Amino acid sequence: MTAAEIFEKLGSEFGSAILSLTEEPATDSFITVDPAQLFDICHTLRDEESLLFDYMMSLSALDLGENLGVVYHLYSMTHRHKIVIKVSVSKENPVVPSVERIWRTADWHEREAYDLLGVKFDGHHNLIRILLPYDWEGYPLRKDYVTPDTYHDMKVPY
Amino acid sequence: MGEIKRMDLEYSQLDSDRMRINVGPQHPSTHGVLRLEVEVDGEIVTEVVPHLGYLHRSFEKHCEKLNYQQIIPFIDRMDYISAMNNEWPYVMALEKMLDIKVPEKVEYIRVIVAELNRIANHQIAVATFGMDAGAFTPFLYYFRDREAIISILERLSGARLLYNYFRVGGMAADIYPGFKDDCLNVVKQVRKTNAEIMKLLIHNSIFIKRSANVGILTPEVAINYACSGPVLRGSGVAHDLRRDEPYSVYDRFDFEIPVGKGDVGVVGDCWNRNIVRVHEMEQSCRIIEQALAQMPETGDVKAMIPKRIKLPKGEVYMRTENPKGDLGFYIVSNGTDKPERMKARGTSFVNLSVIPEISKGYMFADLILILGSIDIVLGEVDR
Amino acid sequence: MESTNFLWDLFGRNVWTVLAVISLPLLFVLVYALIAILAELKISAWIQERLGPMRTGPWGILQPVAEVIKLLQKEDITPDQSSKLLYNLAPFIIFTGAYAAFAVIPFSSAFVPAGIDVGLFYVFAIGSISAMGIVMGGWASNNKYSLMGAMRSISQLISYEIPAAMAILSVVVLTSSMNMQEISSMQSGGFWNWFIFGGPGGWSKLWVIPFTIGLTIIYFIASLAETNRVPFDIPEGESELVAGFHTEYSGMKFAMFFFAEYANMFVVSAILTTIFLGGWNSPFGDFLQGPWWGVFWFILKSFFIVLLQIWIRWTLPRFRVDQLMHVGWKVLLPLSFVCFVAISLFAMLN
Repeated sequence: MTAAEIFEKLGSEFGSAILSLTEEPATDSFITVDPAQLFDICHTLRDEESLLFDYMMSLSALDLGENLGVVYHLYSMTHRHKIVIKVSVSKENPVVPSVERIWRTADWHEREAYDLLGVKFDGHHNLIRILLPYDWEGYPLRKDYVTPDTYHDMKVPY
Repeated sequence: MGEIKRMDLEYSQLDSDRMRINVGPQHPSTHGVLRLEVEVDGEIVTEVVPHLGYLHRSFEKHCEKLNYQQIIPFIDRMDYISAMNNEWPYVMALEKMLDIKVPEKVEYIRVIVAELNRIANHQIAVATFGMDAGAFTPFLYYFRDREAIISILERLSGARLLYNYFRVGGMAADIYPGFKDDCLNVVKQVRKTNAEIMKLLIHNSIFIKRSANVGILTPEVAINYACSGPVLRGSGVAHDLRRDEPYSVYDRFDFEIPVGKGDVGVVGDCWNRNIVRVHEMEQSCRIIEQALAQMPETGDVKAMIPKRIKLPKGEVYMRTENPKGDLGFYIVSNGTDKPERMKARGTSFVNLSVIPEISKGYMFADLILILGSIDIVLGEVDR
Repeated sequence: MESTNFLWDLFGRNVWTVLAVISLPLLFVLVYALIAILAELKISAWIQERLGPMRTGPWGILQPVAEVIKLLQKEDITPDQSSKLLYNLAPFIIFTGAYAAFAVIPFSSAFVPAGIDVGLFYVFAIGSISAMGIVMGGWASNNKYSLMGAMRSISQLISYEIPAAMAILSVVVLTSSMNMQEISSMQSGGFWNWFIFGGPGGWSKLWVIPFTIGLTIIYFIASLAETNRVPFDIPEGESELVAGFHTEYSGMKFAMFFFAEYANMFVVSAILTTIFLGGWNSPFGDFLQGPWWGVFWFILKSFFIVLLQIWIRWTLPRFRVDQLMHVGWKVLLPLSFVCFVAISLFAMLN
C-alpha cells in the first residue's frame, strides 16, 4: 500500500484525528496524526488485515522548537510496506500515549525518548531513564539544553 | 526529581532463598559494560533487569554539532566490530537526500568490504558464543582468520577497526593491486575453518546440550520486539533486507538466507541463532566471489560532490542489513550542513531489549549463553 | 611384607628421615606444579596454534617461575566484610588436603611415604578436605559468585565421589587389599597384568576386561569432576561465575589454590596409575624394571594422565550444573554399579 492509500484508509476510520499527509521529493512520506487518538490508530495499523504493521523499525523523538515530535517508522513483514507516523505535542505538556502494549520494542525506545527529550509516554509501565544515570536532570537532546558545569557537586572538566 | 522511579528492589518482597546478583558492568561475559541485575532462585533465573548507559557517549548530541562528513568516524564507534557496515546506511541516506548516483565500481567495493566485515563480525559472534559455553579454542581459530580480513580492510582504509572508509558518493580510496587474490584467500580460509568449527564446536554434544532448547524466542515475540538479523532469522523468519529491499547491487547476486530450521533443538533457541551466523559466513563468501567476478576493472571511486555538503530540507530513514540486524538512521535536515536531528536505531539496542523476555526460567549459566547468542556490542546499545 | 621406604632402610627411623620423607613429596609437588603450569601454557598454545610464552627464559620455560614470583609480590587483599579467619584459612586447608594425599602414593617399589594398609580409604577421606576448604573460602569471601561456586563445588564432589569410589572398590574386590603398594606390586610382569586389563590371572579374566576398562574411563571422568577441570569446571566457570569460589583471592593465597588444583590433578592421576595402570611397573615385564626405573614409569604414566586432562580442557565446552548432575547420577553411577557387580561375581567365582 502506498502512503496515500494508507492515509485514506485511516482517514475513513478516524476522520479528523488524521491530520495530514506530506509527500515531498526529499522526504519519506509521512502521516501526521492527533496524539490523543494515537493508541487506537496504532492498534488499527497493526491489526487491520490490509495494513498489518507488525514491525516497528524505529521510534524517534525530536525537538521542533515550540513542540516535541515523535516519529514512528513502521513496517509490515507480511505486506512489505512502510509508513511513517508523526505526532507533535507542546513542550509544556509533552504527553503522548504509549504504544508499548502494541509493539513491545517501543518499551526501550520510549524510555530513550523520555530520557533524552523528555517526552512523557502515558501508559508506559516503567518510564525511567535508560541511557543516562537515573538521577540525571534535564533532557540533553532538547535544543535549549544547557550542559551542566557540575555533576553531584563535582566540577566537570571540559 | 520526583518523577524518577528507581529500579531498586524491595527486599521484603523477596523469598528468603532468592538472591540478587549483579552481572556486570565488570564481568567476563557481558561483552562490554552491560549490567544485568539478575534475581536467582538457586540456579534458576527468575528476573533480569538490564541497566544500560555505561558506554553512553552522546552520539546523537554530538551529531548535531558536526557537519555531515565529520559524522562518519563517529558512526564507526557505534558497532565497532562491524564499522564498514555501519557507515553504509548513513552514507546511503545522504546519497538518497542528495540524489547522487554512485559509480558502479564503488557499489561493488562497498558490497565486498561490507561482506568481509560481516564475516569478521560473525566470527567474533560465534567465537565468543563458544567461549561463553566454555570452549576457548575455537575463539582463537576465528581470531587467527579474522586477522586476514582485518589486514585487507587495513590496506584499504588505513585503519584496523574504525575504518572511516565510506564517503558520500564514493570511497576514501581505491582498491589496491592484489585485492582480489587476498579476498579469495580469505574466502578459502573462512570455509576451511568453518568446516573445522562445525566439527569441533557446533556439533559437539556438550555444546548442543548447553545451547539447544535454551532461550527460545518465538517468531511472534521476535517480530513484536522488532528483533532483526540472526536473532530474527534464528527464529525462522526469513527477513533479510539484502533480499527484501535490495539496496546497492545486492539484486545481482545469487545467495540464500539461512534461517534456523531446528535441526537440533527447536527453532529460535540459542543453537539455531548461532548456526545462522555460521551459514551466513558461507553466503557472504558466495557474495564476495560473485562481486569480485562482476566488479568493473576501471572506474572512478568518487562521485562529483561539493566539498561542503548541504542537505535539502527534509528527512530520511534509511536502514541496511548489518551483521547484527537492521541498522537504521533517521536524519532530519534543516537545510544547513549540520543535521537537525540524527537518530540511530541501534541493532543491538533493540535486540537486547528482548533478553528479560527470553531468559526467565532458565539456569543462570544459560543466561550467559542467551546473552552471547544475541550478539550485542555495547557501543551500539549505549551509543 | 618388605619395607616400602628406602630411607628407613638406609638411615633408620629418626626425626631427620621423617622430615626427609615429608619434604620429598612437597618438593615434588612444587617442582611438578611448575612443570604442569608450563605444560598447560604450552599445550594450550599448541592446540590453539600459538607459540605460548616465549620471552621468559629459553623457549619460555621460566614462565611459571615468573608467575609465582608475580603472585608472591601481589598485594594480598582481604575483603572488608569477609569472615577473616575462615577466609585466610581456606587456601591452606585446600593445599593440605591435596598434599596429604601424597602420603600414601607409591612412587616406587622402594618408596612410599607411609605404607599404611588402608591407603585407598585414606586417599578418599583426605580428598574431601579440599571440598571443605572450597566451601570455607567460598562462604567466607562474602561474595555471591564465590558462594555459588562453592555450592556447586560441594554438590559436584559428592556426586562424583560415588562413581569414583565404586571404581576403586572394584579393584579392592579383585585384590582384597587397600594397600596401594601391594596393589602396585600385584600388577608387575607387563601391561597385560594391569588392572585396566583385568589384573593378573588366567584366560578367565577376559570376562572382566570390558568392565575394568569401563571402570578406568569412569574413574577418569569422575576425577576430572573432582578436580574441577573442564568439562566439569562449573565451580569456577569463568563465563558465568567470574572465577567461582576463589573470585576474591589474590596474591599468595590465590597461588595456593592454584597449586592445590595442580596437585589434585596429580593425585587423581597417580591413583588412576596405581590402581589401573600398573603403578611403578614397567609395561614390558622385567625390561627397565627396578626401584629407580619405577619412579620413571610412575611419573611418566601419571603425567600422561595429567596431559590428557589438559588436552580435554582446551577442547571441550563446559557442562551446565544440572547436566553435570545428570551425568553423575544417571550415567556414571549405574554404569559403575554394573561394572562393580560384574567384577564381584567374577571374584566370587574365581
